[in-house]
Amino acid sequence: MSKSIAYRYTLQIADNSLILGHRLTELCGHCADTEIDLAISNIALDLLGQSRMLFQYAASLSGSTEDEIAMLRSEGEYVNCLLVEQQNEDFSQVIVRQYLFDTYYTLFLKALSQSSSSDELRAFANKTIKENAYHVRFSRAWLMRLGDGTQESHDKTQASLDFLKPYIQELFIPSQVDTAAIADGVGVDMSKYVDQFHTTLQADFAEATLSWEAPKYHVSGGKDGRHSEHMGFILSELQYMQRAYPNSEW
Amino acid sequence: MNKEWPLWEVFIRSKAGLHHQHVGSLHAADSEMALENARDVYTRRQEGVSIWVVQSNSIIASNPEENTSFFDPAEDKIYRHPTFYELPDELKHM
Repeated sequence: MSKSIAYRYTLQIADNSLILGHRLTELCGHCADTEIDLAISNIALDLLGQSRMLFQYAASLSGSTEDEIAMLRSEGEYVNCLLVEQQNEDFSQVIVRQYLFDTYYTLFLKALSQSSSSDELRAFANKTIKENAYHVRFSRAWLMRLGDGTQESHDKTQASLDFLKPYIQELFIPSQVDTAAIADGVGVDMSKYVDQFHTTLQADFAEATLSWEAPKYHVSGGKDGRHSEHMGFILSELQYMQRAYPNSEW
Repeated sequence: MNKEWPLWEVFIRSKAGLHHQHVGSLHAADSEMALENARDVYTRRQEGVSIWVVQSNSIIASNPEENTSFFDPAEDKIYRHPTFYELPDELKHM
């Protein structure tokens, strides 16, 4: 197993959790109900915990520290997919973004736990599968409630799905790092799971009374460090403490 | 239209063998959401292994104004307590 390939591959996974987790922390204290506020915060904490586990592993592969990797890279060095950095436009967009990611993650974690050559990544996947199973349950149930709810919730959810669907393909198309990691054995080839993913989506969208047409275009680049306009704003908040007070600890 | 979600009472069993105890209440639109909310609100620190939720309006409560007729008559029935038996020292959990 090549350390440098494993390092860069691990960052892709870690950054997804970090950035999506950060997006959810933005909602802390802002949800319409205390109960949903806590549910979203719990998921955010799960995701941040996942990213910590991976950053610690990445640190052991690269010789730098967990904090340096998590908090002090420049924008172009973050390799999360574009889906997770999209804004909390409204609750339906939070839910659709979460549902798409969780559903993808179910397939990804299963594949990783079964066939990655890295003991650490397999252990990570096995631990995270349980957390993710609850996240799917949450986001899927809300997809049903909103899609098959009132006319307003349906229209907003449909609009969120239409807005986010161009970001789906990036999850499955191998980046350069993915391709190297698949050849190395540490990574898994998610392009094999596209059909299975869409089969799940079709069944769930039918139940949620949402309509699906294949997107007319796809957006990608996050996994290569080319981000949407939101990423700089995310990082300015995320990195503020480490940059203002270097090496600060709890 | 009432936009408030109905209120639910939450009961948690802290470990196998014990009984469910009332821990609080929460709002939820349906039973599934009530169960998930209860998990997120009341079991974040490993408080339980089982959750019950029941809609609050399904609970029939005694009326505090009737407390005198409900509970006071038991006050002077001391013979209803099994405290007149002599227990052997070996018996610990009574």
